[in-house]
Amino acid sequence: MKILVCISHVPDTTSKINFVEGDTQFDTQGVQYIINPNDEFGLTRAMWFKEKNGASVDVINVGGPETEATLRKALAIGADNAIRVNTPAKEAIQVAKEIVSVIQQNQYDLIIAGRESIDYNGGMVPGMIAALTGMNYLNNCIGLEIDANLATAIREMDGGKETVTAPLPLVIGAQKGLVEESDLRIPNMRGIMMARKKPLTVMEPQEMSEQVTSVSFEKPAPKGDVKLIDPENIDELIALLHNEAKVI
Amino acid sequence: MEFKLSEEHLAVREAAKDFAETRLLEGVIERDNNRVHPTEQVKEMGALGFMGIMTSPQYGGSGMDTLSYALAIEEIAKIDASAAVIMSAHNSLCLWAIEAYGTEEQKHKYLSPLAKGLALGCFCLSEPEAGSDATMQRTTAIDKGDHYLLNGVKNWITNGGQSEYQLVIAQTDPEKKHRGINALIIEKNWQGVTIGPKEDKLGIRSSDTHAINYTDVKVPKANRLGADGFGFKLAMQILEGGRIGIAAQALGIAAGAYERSVAYAQERKAFGKPIAEHQAIAFKLADMAVDIEAARMLVYRAAFLKDQKQDYGYASAMAKLKASEVAMKHTIEAVQIHGGNGYVKEYHVERMMRDAKITQIYEGTSEIHKIILARNILKGELALPL
Amino acid sequence: MSVVIYAESEKGQLKKIALELASYGKAIAAELQTELVAVTINCENNESLGEYGVDKVLTVEHQGAFNAQQYATIIAEAARSQSVAVAVVSSSADSRFLAPLLAIQLEAGYVSNVVATPISTSPFQVKRSVFTNKAFNISEINTEVKLIGLSKNAFGLHPHPTTATVSSFEASSNTSTMEVQSVDQASDSVTIADAEIVVSGGRGLKGPENWHLIENLASTLGAATACSKPVSDMGWRPHSEHVGQTGKPVASNLYIAIGVSGAIQHLAGINASKVKVVINSDPEAPFFKAADYGIVGDAFEVVPKMIEKFKAFQAENA
Repeated sequence: MKILVCISHVPDTTSKINFVEGDTQFDTQGVQYIINPNDEFGLTRAMWFKEKNGASVDVINVGGPETEATLRKALAIGADNAIRVNTPAKEAIQVAKEIVSVIQQNQYDLIIAGRESIDYNGGMVPGMIAALTGMNYLNNCIGLEIDANLATAIREMDGGKETVTAPLPLVIGAQKGLVEESDLRIPNMRGIMMARKKPLTVMEPQEMSEQVTSVSFEKPAPKGDVKLIDPENIDELIALLHNEAKVI
Repeated sequence: MEFKLSEEHLAVREAAKDFAETRLLEGVIERDNNRVHPTEQVKEMGALGFMGIMTSPQYGGSGMDTLSYALAIEEIAKIDASAAVIMSAHNSLCLWAIEAYGTEEQKHKYLSPLAKGLALGCFCLSEPEAGSDATMQRTTAIDKGDHYLLNGVKNWITNGGQSEYQLVIAQTDPEKKHRGINALIIEKNWQGVTIGPKEDKLGIRSSDTHAINYTDVKVPKANRLGADGFGFKLAMQILEGGRIGIAAQALGIAAGAYERSVAYAQERKAFGKPIAEHQAIAFKLADMAVDIEAARMLVYRAAFLKDQKQDYGYASAMAKLKASEVAMKHTIEAVQIHGGNGYVKEYHVERMMRDAKITQIYEGTSEIHKIILARNILKGELALPL
Repeated sequence: MSVVIYAESEKGQLKKIALELASYGKAIAAELQTELVAVTINCENNESLGEYGVDKVLTVEHQGAFNAQQYATIIAEAARSQSVAVAVVSSSADSRFLAPLLAIQLEAGYVSNVVATPISTSPFQVKRSVFTNKAFNISEINTEVKLIGLSKNAFGLHPHPTTATVSSFEASSNTSTMEVQSVDQASDSVTIADAEIVVSGGRGLKGPENWHLIENLASTLGAATACSKPVSDMGWRPHSEHVGQTGKPVASNLYIAIGVSGAIQHLAGINASKVKVVINSDPEAPFFKAADYGIVGDAFEVVPKMIEKFKAFQAENA
């Protein structure tokens, strides 16, 4: 089995969010980058397939050279090959098309991408990959088993879940539940040393027109102070929620 | 001159940070309170390759350099100084010596399980009436032809209760003074080895410190490390390298307290603004930042010199002295910045303050280090060569 | 030219978000001076969409369970038959699942998590939330057909009575090799995605055995229950209840957090909720900085009082 895990290089969840250059660019100063958590759940599941079923695992990122540390971490965790498409990730369709061109040169049985990145939250890339390749697709995947050529996957829905079977090749949108937080791996020292010797191929991007362009960013208006209510005076809370906030 | 960590160094640091934050932070207060050894976490440190971080892969180690080791200890000490000293004593004081001077047989039998983190190691030098002064060994290892007969007491042994293997320094021939000292590898389960009660310490309370008694312990000659009479020199070499680990631990304690203080000072408000915006606190943060950065440069340079196979004794003494002084000074400041909260356990910095103190004491007190440094200075070594 | 919305239904009845989507679609259709068309699948009360400004409903009969690929194809065909200019979907799990597929089929530039009507329609610029609600991005869609994913509760319901003409739409057959084997749907409780009110518990509740407090308050308010990350990590509650950056987003009208300290990742996940109430015994808990109303107090004392008072309030206002 051949697996491709799509890796986004995103600011750590605790990062301060600021913008520069007339609010058109994200301020990267002092920001620590990590593997997008939803991708990391997927990568960890891929490692289990590698260990139990002998799957080979490639990781791919669309981004500049600064994202290589993130790919090396994926290699240190156990991925076999890394591919970086050398262009800034500007929009989902562009990222999906670049990944698809790599998929077309390789025969992957399973493509895993996080259900969304925690920076731009688009939730588009895995679905677009599926649509562009004609592969089956399951989003919000919280369980995945593969037997021969048939995948049995669980999708989390609003207020429930469903179990779906799908022949490979399959694209899934990964999230927590596919593996648990405690299953996530810290690369061991041997892995870090070996990652240095594993192949990291840099590919040049395609020409394409932009479908969606980022114009500018803005931050939410600062919130007013919290109104504190005496725990002995719940009636006041109810009055405020009813008359002021109008939510009950 | 390039002040830049390599991609691998950054990866090691990140892995150690991840480990510390996800595995060590939870329960660190309770372990300190109840003197509980982080046995599970140490096992995991073994699986991650931290417990044989500098040992050659040939013997199951990770084969990384001293700088990687210092970076990992620093990150771990930011969260849990006890776990950091467990790792430091094991790597610097035990594994390093076996790898440097052990026979192939000793390496396979002892180094390999130690480096894989399957067994813990310790170094037994201090005695009730002698701290780190290795010339005054009352523990004896009398040559009985095919074996040594070991008798004596070792004190304040880090990892003492948990270690499968102990590297013990003992006097074989008192006439030869320090040239008659040997280093022996002892197994915990051997007859005559008795572990004393766990010490109830001011700080690093979840690291496991014991006295160990040796009564007529028969030690095969094959378990001597290095040539006959090499023990003293070996002990001195061990301490030189060990200082880098302790310096990194002290640096981590200081940096951890500093990071908590910066965060707290921005959160906590007094007189209508975050206390970080009051000059009294802002100045403290600035002093902390500068001192910690200075200590960090010294620690990293000592590690770098060791990796370059250059003389690092002077540099490691400087690093250990500075980093431990900075740790003590600034953990006190961290408690002050936290005010009343700093005095309660929940906020971590009081523990860091207690943990910091030992770094000025063990593996050579600050005073010993000043003596070492003064000796170098008076020999004409006015500054470290660049 | 038209504005097309995919109006979701459940068991034959339109979901509330379908009406919000209609309200939103109407605002764009008015701006573009064009028709508002709704596509529904297996829906019975299509006429209701007229109350929110839908001119035309194309209703499709689909055999079998929800299938994102099939649904996307149906919606794309229906939308193309109406010369779609702007298509709008909701941010439900199903719609977020099918929207990227729809975008490819319509060759539409797709922007999700949109929080308001377009800033301008020429150029076509929309505002969307990014960085898990910590910022907004203004995005310009350059393609001929535009696809918008609307954030829940971002626009609200705006009645605009019209008479909707309902006609059935025959989609060409499209098969799928994916099969739904089983569905496990909580039937009685409110889902986090649909809930107007969400009651969430954190570590401050001390253990799963105390969750009746959260559940009782939630059932009093008709709210969904949720929890913080540590609570789901410790297995006190299923991870499907975990809200935050790596869990579920919450965009309810009212979010009540009990014993939740308010880690930055948690706050990001619930930021789109309109009104936040926090109950915590620690006045330094970061949640107080993010909340609208706060009570510094012991959850074990405050929550039973709240349940009692809310019940009295409901009796009075019934």
